[in-house]
Amino acid sequence: MAKVTVDGIEVEIANGSTVLQAAEAAGVEIPRFCYHERLSVAGNCRMCLVEIEKMPPRPQASCALPVSDGMVVHTDTEMVRKARRGVMEFLLINHPLDCPICDQGGECDLQDEAVSYGRDDSRYDEGKRAVAQLDWGPLVKTTMTRCIHCTRCIRFSTEVAGVSELGATARGESMQVGTYIQKALSSELSGNIIDLCPVGALTSKPYAFTARPWELRKTDSVDVLDAVGTNIRVDARGAEVLRILPRMNDDVNEEWLGDKSRFAVDGLKRRRLDRPWVRENGKLRAASWEEAFAAIAGRMKAVTPDRLGAITGDQCDVESMLALKEFFAALGSQNLDCRQDGAVFDASRRSFYLFNTTIAGIEEADALLIIGSNPRHEAPVLNARIRKRWLAGGFAAALIGTAHDLTYPAEQIGVGPDAITALLDGTHAFSATLEAAKAPMIILGAGVLARPDGAAIHAAAWQLALKYNMLSAEWHGFNVLHHAAARTGALDIGFLPGEGGKATSQMLQDGVDVLWLQGADELDVAAIGAKTFVIYQGHHGDAGAARADVILPGSAYTEKDGTYVSTEGRVQSGFLAVKAPGDAREDWRIIRALSAYMGHALPYDSLQDMRAHLAATYPLFAPANAFRRFAGTDTAAPAGDVSAMSDAPFVPVFETYYQTDAVSRASPTMAACIAAHAPVVAEAAE
Amino acid sequence: MLNDFDRIYKNLYGQMDWRLESARARGDWEGTAEILAKGRDVIVEEVKASGMRGRGGAGFPTGLKWSFMPKQSDGRPSYLVVNADESEPGTCKDRDIIRHEPHKLIEGCLIAGFAMGANTGFIYIRGEYYNEAQRLQAAIDEAYAAGLLGKNAAGSGFDFELVLHRGAGAYICGEESAMLESLEGKKGMPRMKPPFPAAMGLYGCPTTVNNVETIAGVPTILRRGAAWFSALGRPKNSGTKIFCISGHVNNPCNVEEELGVPLKDLIEKHAGGVRGGWDNLQAIIPGGASAPVLNKEMCDTQLMDFDSLAAVKSMMGSGAIIVMDKSTDVVKAIWRLSKFFKHESCGQCTPCREGTGWMMRMMDRVVQNKASLADIGLLEQVTTQVAGHTICAFGEAASWPIQGMMRAFRPMVEQRTIDYQPPPAIPQAAE
Repeated sequence: MAKVTVDGIEVEIANGSTVLQAAEAAGVEIPRFCYHERLSVAGNCRMCLVEIEKMPPRPQASCALPVSDGMVVHTDTEMVRKARRGVMEFLLINHPLDCPICDQGGECDLQDEAVSYGRDDSRYDEGKRAVAQLDWGPLVKTTMTRCIHCTRCIRFSTEVAGVSELGATARGESMQVGTYIQKALSSELSGNIIDLCPVGALTSKPYAFTARPWELRKTDSVDVLDAVGTNIRVDARGAEVLRILPRMNDDVNEEWLGDKSRFAVDGLKRRRLDRPWVRENGKLRAASWEEAFAAIAGRMKAVTPDRLGAITGDQCDVESMLALKEFFAALGSQNLDCRQDGAVFDASRRSFYLFNTTIAGIEEADALLIIGSNPRHEAPVLNARIRKRWLAGGFAAALIGTAHDLTYPAEQIGVGPDAITALLDGTHAFSATLEAAKAPMIILGAGVLARPDGAAIHAAAWQLALKYNMLSAEWHGFNVLHHAAARTGALDIGFLPGEGGKATSQMLQDGVDVLWLQGADELDVAAIGAKTFVIYQGHHGDAGAARADVILPGSAYTEKDGTYVSTEGRVQSGFLAVKAPGDAREDWRIIRALSAYMGHALPYDSLQDMRAHLAATYPLFAPANAFRRFAGTDTAAPAGDVSAMSDAPFVPVFETYYQTDAVSRASPTMAACIAAHAPVVAEAAE
Repeated sequence: MLNDFDRIYKNLYGQMDWRLESARARGDWEGTAEILAKGRDVIVEEVKASGMRGRGGAGFPTGLKWSFMPKQSDGRPSYLVVNADESEPGTCKDRDIIRHEPHKLIEGCLIAGFAMGANTGFIYIRGEYYNEAQRLQAAIDEAYAAGLLGKNAAGSGFDFELVLHRGAGAYICGEESAMLESLEGKKGMPRMKPPFPAAMGLYGCPTTVNNVETIAGVPTILRRGAAWFSALGRPKNSGTKIFCISGHVNNPCNVEEELGVPLKDLIEKHAGGVRGGWDNLQAIIPGGASAPVLNKEMCDTQLMDFDSLAAVKSMMGSGAIIVMDKSTDVVKAIWRLSKFFKHESCGQCTPCREGTGWMMRMMDRVVQNKASLADIGLLEQVTTQVAGHTICAFGEAASWPIQGMMRAFRPMVEQRTIDYQPPPAIPQAAE
C-alpha cells in the first residue's frame, strides 16, 4: 500500500495503482477522454494532467503514472488548469461546432469538460481538418470530424471484443480511425464503442436524430435476448422505447451489451399483437378479450385435462410462467414443458442446468472445454469474459463441435460425441491439459440437449466433470450455457411435464387437443397437429401467432415488471418502462383473468401478492435469498445413458447472430445487419 | 583542433576500404575477447568514467544508462537496440559510420551487448538508407563468417546475435520507444514512461537503446582507456563528436572534432567558412532541425558542446550544424521545419497532433506576411502549450525551432507584421 496525498486528502492505495485511481479514491475528479477502467491505458488525450511535488516541473499524465509512497498530487493548481485548458483548446480546434445537431449532445464528455476548461471563443483562425465519412455498417454511425483520437474504440475492439478491425491509419493531424478497408463492423459487441466514444464521432445509427438524453425516461431492466441476464437501462419517451444501454454489473456484463440486445429495440414496435384475435372459418379476426376468453373456455372445457398442454417460450418472465403452470394445475393437466426445442434431460437438480462456475467465476478457470456451443453467438458478453480470462494468460480452451472464431484460440478437438468418449477414456490429446488444470470448466451448449441423445450427452458431460476434478467444495466446473432467457427460471419453477405428463415433442403431433403457447415461437409449428386448438399468448406476430386459433396479446420484456433467472442462476428483475400497446396486458394478469373466467381463480391479485406467492413456493426467489455460487460437492450424476450417444456432429444453434427470436426478427436494424454480413453472391455475365 | 591520432573514425571519409580486413588494419576487433574478459561491470565503469554522453541528441550519460540494465535476469532476455534511424534533418553522421566504419558499430554492439547482458542486438536503420543497409548487412555477414558474431562471438565465450532491421521512414521511429513499437511490428508510436525501456522495453524485456555513434565509439574508448577519452573536450562534455556541417558553407562536410570546439573554428577550419565570409552569416541551427536557431552574435563565441549550447537555450542534438547566410529567409526556413514536424507527428497525443498543424498554419501566414502582431504572440503561446505536455519529446522538438526563432530573430519576425492590415470585418446578417 502506498500513502498518497491528493489535494490535501490522504488516501492509501495499492502499489501499482495509478495517480488517477488514487485521485478517485480521494474523491477528486480528474477529467479524461482516453482513459477507461476496462481498457488498456493509452495516455494520449493529455486531459488528466496533474502536478506532482518533487517531480520535474511539468504536468504529468495521471492515468499512466504509477503511485509511489508519499506522493503529493495537486489537481487544481495554476499549472494544471493551464495545461488542461491548453489540451481542451487543441481538442476543439479541429472539432466541429455542431453540438446542436450532434446526437451525443447532453451526454458528451467533451461538452461537459469544455464547460470547465474551454474558452469562450476560439483563437483558431485556420481551416479545420477535413476527413472522409466512413460507413461502419448498420449499427454505428460515424461522424469522423468529431473524432478526438482517444482510440477507445480501437482498444475496445482489439482487447475486449477480440476483433481487430479498427485501427488508426496515417499519422499526425491526418491520423484517422477506421476499418482500413470499408466494411461493416463484424463484432457482436460493436455497439459498445458508441458508449465508449467520449464525443459524437460514434453514435447509434438507428437512433440518429431521435431524442435528447434529457427527454428520456430511464428504467432499469434485464435483457432477455440471450440468457446472460445482462443488466440494461431502457430509455423511453412517451410510449416508445428508443434505445437500450447496458448498466454496470461487474458480476454479469461488466458494462458491455451485445448488439442484438442493444439494437433489436426497434423490433419492439413492429409486428406487435395489440388486441386479441380469434380464428373463424380459418381466418383470424380482431376480437375483444371477452370473445377470446369465451372461445378458449369453450374449447378447454370440452376436452379432458390430459388433452390440454402448455409450452412456454424463450423470453417469458417467471411470474407469467408460474401463473400458467398453476392455472394448468388447477385445470388438472400435467402437460407442461418449457423446453420448446424438444430437449429432454434431467433437470431434477439446479446444478444440472445452471452455469455453475458463474460468469465472474470464468476468470478463475484455467482450462475450458466447450461442447456444442458457439458462445460468441449464444452469449457474446459471456464470450467476452472468456476472452478476458484468456488474455490474462495460462488458459487453454478447446471446442467440440463446429469450428468458430471465438475471439480466443479454442482448438477444435472433435465435431461430435466421439470426442467426449475419447476424453472419458482419457485417450484424447486434450485429456492431459484437463488433467493438469487446477480449475477446469466445461460449457455444454443448451442446443446439444435438444438432440435426441441430449440426455446422454448431458450425463456424459457430467462424467467428464467428475473425471477431471471439476467438482469440488471450492469449484464447480460444470456449466450449461442456455441461450433462452426464460429457460432457467422455468426449470426452477418446474415448468416440466408432471406425473405422466407429455413433453414438447409429445404435445405436438396431436398429443393434445388444446395447446397453449406462451411466447413460444422457436418450435416447429408445422408439427402441431392439424386439429389442435392453439392459443398463442405473446407480444409478436411471429410463428406461434400465425398458427394460433386464439391470440392473447401479451407484453414484451420492456413492458412489464418481470423476474428472470439468468443462465448462471441469478434472479433479477426488470421494471416496466412503457405500457404494452393497445389492448395488450401483462402476461400473468391475462392468465389470472382467464382463470377467474373459468372458475379456477388463482390466489393472487397484485404483483406483490404474486411475488410473495412465488417466493413462498420457490424460496430461491425470495429477496433475502441472494445469489450464491454452488459448490460441486453433490456429485450424483444426472440421469442419462452415456452409451446412448450417437456420433452425429454438433450443429450450431443459431445460423446467424442477429435474428434469433420474435423481437429481433421484427427488427429492421437486425435485418440490415444480416444483409450487411450476407455473403456476396457472384454473378456471371449474361 | 583534434589531432589525427585522437580520431575514433579513421575512415570517416571512405578513403580506405570498409571491409573487415581493412577495418582490422585500423585496429577494429583487436583484442575484443580480452575486453570482454574484463567483465561487464568493469566495462560499464570504464564507459562511465570516460564521460561518454549519448550522441543521439539527448546527451544522457551512456555508462549510467547501461547500468540500469538488470544484472540478474528474471527469466526475460535483455536486448540491445541500436538507433540508426538517423532522421533529424541535417544529420548524416551515422550514415558515414555505417558506410565506411561498419565494423566499429558491429564491434560496439558486441561489447555493449555483453556489458548489458544482452545476447541479441537489433540495429534499426531508417528505410531510406537502402544502400547503407546493404553494406551494413554485408559487414554483419562478414563478422558472422569470421566468428565475430554468433556463438562464442570473437572467441569471447559470449553468444551474440545481431539483427539488422529496416524501418519504413518515419521520423518518430527515431524516438526510442516508438522504435521499439516499430521493431515489434506495430505502428511507430512512442510509449509512455515509466516504465522505461531498461525495465520494460522490446517485447516487454529489459532493453537499452543507443545511438550508432555512441556504440561505435565504445570499442575505441575501451582500447585507449577512459582517461584518454575524458581528457578530450570539456568537463562533463568529454570526447569527440562527429559534426555534420551543411548549408551555406564552402565545403559542407562531416568532421570529427573535440566537444567544446568553437563553432566559428569548426566552420572556418573544416567547412571552408561561410559562403561570402563570416560576416555574411545570418543564422545557424546547431544541432539538427529541433535545435533552436542561433543568430550571428551568438555564433561568434559559441562553443559546441552539450552544456554550452544548453546555456543559450539551444541544444547539441545530433551535431547537425545548418548554416544560413544572409540570403536566407530565416522565417521561411523555420516554417519549413514546422511543416516537417507537422508531417512527422505520430498523431497519438493531443497537443502534438493538433498543435503542430496549428503552428505550421500560423507560420504559413507569418511567411506570407499575413499575420498580425497578436498572431505572433498567439503562435508563441501555442508552442508553450505543446512543449512539455506530450508523451514524448516530439512536442518540444516541434516547438523549439519557433521559440528559438522568436528569441534570436524577434525583430525580423515582427517586421513582417508591420505592414499587415487585417481585412476589415464585414458585418453579416443572420441567415
